[in-house]
Amino acid sequence: MAGKPTANTRLSRLNENNTGKHLLSANRAVDIRIIVCVLLSVLAMVVDHRYHHLETVRNVLSTSVYPLQSLIQLPLETGHWFGKRFASHETLVRENEQLRQKLMFTNAQLQKLTTLEAENRRLRMLLESSVNLAVRAGERVLVAELLTIDLDPYRHQILLNKGTHHGVKVGQPLLDERGIVGQIIHASLLSATAILITDPNHALPIQNNRNGLRALAGGSGNFKELEILYVRNNEDVQIGDLFITSGLGGRFPQGYPVARVTRVEFDPARPFARITAQPTAQLDRSREVLLIIDEPQTGNTPNADERLADGQP
Amino acid sequence: MQVQQPGGGIILLSFIVAFLLTIIPLPLWVDRFRPDWLGLVLIYWCMAVPQRVGIGTGWLMGLFLDAAQGTLLGQHALALAVVAFLTLKTYRRIRVLPLWQQSFSVLVFLGLNQLLVFWINGVIGYPPRDFWYLGPALGGMLFWPWVFVILRDLRRRFHIA
Repeated sequence: MAGKPTANTRLSRLNENNTGKHLLSANRAVDIRIIVCVLLSVLAMVVDHRYHHLETVRNVLSTSVYPLQSLIQLPLETGHWFGKRFASHETLVRENEQLRQKLMFTNAQLQKLTTLEAENRRLRMLLESSVNLAVRAGERVLVAELLTIDLDPYRHQILLNKGTHHGVKVGQPLLDERGIVGQIIHASLLSATAILITDPNHALPIQNNRNGLRALAGGSGNFKELEILYVRNNEDVQIGDLFITSGLGGRFPQGYPVARVTRVEFDPARPFARITAQPTAQLDRSREVLLIIDEPQTGNTPNADERLADGQP
Repeated sequence: MQVQQPGGGIILLSFIVAFLLTIIPLPLWVDRFRPDWLGLVLIYWCMAVPQRVGIGTGWLMGLFLDAAQGTLLGQHALALAVVAFLTLKTYRRIRVLPLWQQSFSVLVFLGLNQLLVFWINGVIGYPPRDFWYLGPALGGMLFWPWVFVILRDLRRRFHIA
């Protein structure tokens, strides 16, 4: 592209004082700019990682790239829409029938659950237990859909199509129909990022459903595995035990299933047992998740109290 | 970027397309070699119009990528700014090489980009488990000739200089 003549002319121009100076100063400008950018980046990273002061900046940036992210979503959505539009009448009727049956079944179960919950509450009150039980029946939930966007493949994070506009807040727990999925870490206007419980930097307080043993479930970086941490060698944990949230951290409501134990290893040389468990939620498969909206408990408690009062002799 | 010069829209559009290609979902085995599209487009424009596209552009694009991918704010920004810097420092030498030789320089730049991103990931507790993280640089090297030809034709057609 640049033959000899141009190189020569460039050289001769370099000899002229003006242009040479110009080139040099341009070079210096590049140096200064990279130094400023590197310093700015390092500063931004430290502030973001340590102090979390950049949420507003991140919100503005993610809201401005949201149109692009939903643009990618468009072909998939259209496919879904066409699929739904042209489903045959028969399929719809059959599906409707199935859903109706399922709803009836679930409602029946729910009735039983409400009674059990009321009873549980009464018993706890009798015991004057200090455990702050979340109001299960009064919890409001929001259904959010996953956007099929590739985030950093080395972190277990997902992007949801609901944001602060819909009532999403940082720290809200995420569920699917089988168990705990994760929690919100960034919420912008129209979308939110959630961290999954299998992320290597995530841990949540849990409890063995069989005997109440408390522990922590740490992420392993593998969608199918959680590590149960800080369980001593002489504790009673068996393969197949179900761990549920203990509600101790104050983030996750108590009593939702988290994982089922798949492997237990007692090594006398180590202070703690090595236990791995499989999350009950389908972390790599679910397309829709439930967000528990933290309704101020005062709104629901009177109702529950009334029920309680009715139940008491 | 000066607004009065022609072609700013085309440059912006090429960055937007690169951005879309970066976040579009792909199966895992392709994903590992997904070329670093933003890096490729940035290197091209830094070489072709160094007086207009440079470190600031790279930094800004990286910041948007950070917000979209949920990484630390400044992580990709730092890496892309360094890529732009290296390109600006060496474009006079690289621009005259044949395409296949250029792609080796591209491999080095993009590899450095990946190293920086994963070095920071390692510092904050996400150490990479294998060497797959250099895949995007390799993919970028293979796609460089095509990106170069497409963007060059665009540049000539719209008289961007």
